[in-house]
Amino acid sequence: MANITLTIDGIQVTVPKGSTVLEAAKTAGVFIPTFCHDPELSKPGACRICVVEIPGMRNLPASCVTEAQEGMVVNTQTPAILAARKTILELLLANHPEDCLTCPKNGECKLQEYAYFYGVKADTLKGAKHDYPVEDDNPFIVRDMNKCILCGRCIRMCDEIQGKHIIDFAYRGFNSKVTPAMDTPYSESDCAFCGNCVAVCPVGALSEKGMLRKGRRWEIQKVKTTCPYCGAGCNFDLNVKDGKVIGVTSTDGDVNGRALCVKGRFGYGFIHHPDRLTTPLIKKNGKFEEASWEEAINLVAEKLGGIKAKYGADANAILSSARCTNEENYLMNKFSRVVLGTNNIDHCARL
Amino acid sequence: MTNGIKEIADADFILATGTNTTEGHPIIGLQVKKALRNGATLVVVDPRKTEMAEMAQYHLQIKSGTDIALLNGFAHVIIAEDLWNKQFVQERTEDFEALKEIVAKYTPGYVAEITGVPAETIREVARGYAKAINASILYTMGLTQHICGTHNVFAVANLTMLCGQIGKASSGVNPLRGQNNVQGACDMGALPAFFPAYQPVANEANRAKFAAAWGVPEMPAGPGLTVPQIINAAGEGKIKGLYIMGENPALSDADANHAVHSLENLEFLVVQDIFLTETALLADVVLPAASFAEKDGTFSNTERRVQLIRKAVEPVGNAKPDWEIICLLSTAMGYRMQYDSPKEIMIEITQVTPSYGGITYDRLEQGSLQWPCPTTDHPGTPFLHTGKFGRGLGKFNPVEYVEPDELPDEEYPLVLSTGRRLYHYHTGTMTQRTGALEIAYAEEHLEVNPVDAANLGINDGDFVKVSSRRGEVTVAARITEKVAPGLVFTSFHYPEVAINKLTNAALDPISKIPEYKVCAVKVEKLPATAAEKAS
Repeated sequence: MANITLTIDGIQVTVPKGSTVLEAAKTAGVFIPTFCHDPELSKPGACRICVVEIPGMRNLPASCVTEAQEGMVVNTQTPAILAARKTILELLLANHPEDCLTCPKNGECKLQEYAYFYGVKADTLKGAKHDYPVEDDNPFIVRDMNKCILCGRCIRMCDEIQGKHIIDFAYRGFNSKVTPAMDTPYSESDCAFCGNCVAVCPVGALSEKGMLRKGRRWEIQKVKTTCPYCGAGCNFDLNVKDGKVIGVTSTDGDVNGRALCVKGRFGYGFIHHPDRLTTPLIKKNGKFEEASWEEAINLVAEKLGGIKAKYGADANAILSSARCTNEENYLMNKFSRVVLGTNNIDHCARL
Repeated sequence: MTNGIKEIADADFILATGTNTTEGHPIIGLQVKKALRNGATLVVVDPRKTEMAEMAQYHLQIKSGTDIALLNGFAHVIIAEDLWNKQFVQERTEDFEALKEIVAKYTPGYVAEITGVPAETIREVARGYAKAINASILYTMGLTQHICGTHNVFAVANLTMLCGQIGKASSGVNPLRGQNNVQGACDMGALPAFFPAYQPVANEANRAKFAAAWGVPEMPAGPGLTVPQIINAAGEGKIKGLYIMGENPALSDADANHAVHSLENLEFLVVQDIFLTETALLADVVLPAASFAEKDGTFSNTERRVQLIRKAVEPVGNAKPDWEIICLLSTAMGYRMQYDSPKEIMIEITQVTPSYGGITYDRLEQGSLQWPCPTTDHPGTPFLHTGKFGRGLGKFNPVEYVEPDELPDEEYPLVLSTGRRLYHYHTGTMTQRTGALEIAYAEEHLEVNPVDAANLGINDGDFVKVSSRRGEVTVAARITEKVAPGLVFTSFHYPEVAINKLTNAALDPISKIPEYKVCAVKVEKLPATAAEKAS
């Protein structure tokens, strides 16, 4: 593919023809803020926070939808650009609750980050504010439309990746709102609660219900792992605080990208469920009694060994597990064939 | 899968048979949707009107268990209309004549009678599949959980080879495996007839190889038993001791009452799990295991992709990772097993598992790898059977349609089929304890067609007794056209609706898979008082 060379803030950068100015800036290591842009989704060029100055062009073009051209000169830091970005932020903040103190996205919010970066205060412009009730009538997602900046990423995620198109813009002007058809809550729509809309929301409008008040975003340790449910093999981040899994968030998975299903994203609660087995149990007179590992292991060894000695190796059998790791199944296969001396090992591949 | 998951999006023809993809494998479903947006044709073969069926251009609502007739019907049309890939058949396959002979009688008219799918639809779909540039066949247990499950897969393979729709990107035979590491458990030799990487136990050289690798004089040579055979043998008193890791046959096995009786008949049962499951309750010893979040290791997904899982938190209480427990037990029984970490186990795996030969944790830290990956400089294998099949020439295995083991009759007039719901997973051990999923999908129901409901005098929400020759459950009825008349459906996620008490344990003679997808049942409305009690 042909390449083109352009200059961004004095830095020469060569990118494939067809790249946007935003993509070229990223290659050049030049930061440009974005709200509505998402590399995986279509480009509406709507929020205008990514505007740049290009001599010869009328107005300030949005870098996310402007194609980079050979010899183009781009400036991203001129007074006109900074003024435009500040105004956009002031307008957004004019209709945004000033409650970063309790917001679940505090520390992971683009609006907060850019307001800080550009020194924009919340109360610069006075005007009407929305007062929508917060929607939390489902077990998975909290929607606070008062915080929505109408970037539309959730809409495009639901439509273009999830293929459901449950939500879209409704009403006009100041009353514009992202909602399922007929302005119903998610719970009354065909929403499958994959939560992929939450994964792309840049502000506190959409958040994971299970993570509310469980930890500030900067206190959370993210551990990338693989989903324990179906055979697709999605990757996600376990969100850990104080030795507990408090949530699941998207990562960039080889199979799934950021997409997850309702089980992968919201089905982690079993990890710390009070029903978890925490100690070996031995049945005595029909009742389970707690036992030490040593006692339990010795009993199992004695019993399985005894059966082998008395009835022969093939009187024992093993059901291994499609839920456990490769390493564990490998050891089980070794244990069966070496220690028990039987090929009676199988697992639930047929269920 | 012969192909990768993401390749589905680039197929221009998808035949999804016996897979409720958007519920059972939602993220794979996204690739099907992407293919549709790219202009692909989707054909869904399913007795139920699933979301997939609604997305499809063709929904073939076949009678349960008639897949072979349908697939042979496609092959018949393709041969009759001279649409088959002569070059592929000539260069890469054998026994085409045998296929031609068998499918000769499967005319669209004959197949329509058996399956209930109109003859013209059979012709259109057959033409579409044969003429497609890339055609991918997706299937899951709807195809395999039949007494003819293996033959169903043969019929799929025959169709694929007939049209040369294999051995290239986005085109092939793609079983979507149902569990996070069912692929890996098979790869690792948790199978009666195979050592890791499907090296047959029956082969003396393989036994010698593993005996040497594991430092013992010899390996057992006798053929091992599969899950249903183990359960039966326990019932007959031939198996005395059973060690179960992370499985719940008391709810998941077909004819579950029989499974429970068999487990009760054991001299000794040890169950290793994260919860006190219905199966663990029957055990003599229960060993508490760590969950996936509490240990390191690898899972292999349905497209043979090996990926890391990482320990995020300490095991709860005194629970231990399964690998540690196996090591403890093995050592206690006189064979010392000691590893510092799963990483060290993987090093041993690669030495005896050729397809995993090049897989190391250091490489996996950089990104996942699809086996076969024989050497550390091998990039992995996205799709299989390019240029040549494993056995050399692809063999046509023509198969005849047979009826399911148990068909409806006067006493049990309806067909019961079982499957999954989006919000739950298997016997619900995990998904019923999340604080979220079980709230969103709190109760199970039985899907009943309005015609049958009217005949039985059942209203939506009424409690009904569903019974087969083997057992009965009580469940609320959901009147819906999602199921065809004569068919009822529910999931196996609910201990309260232990539907596998009803299912038929008749086995496919080759794979030993039970016929979960078809059994004969009757549905009776419960009197109000009994229903109240049940609820």
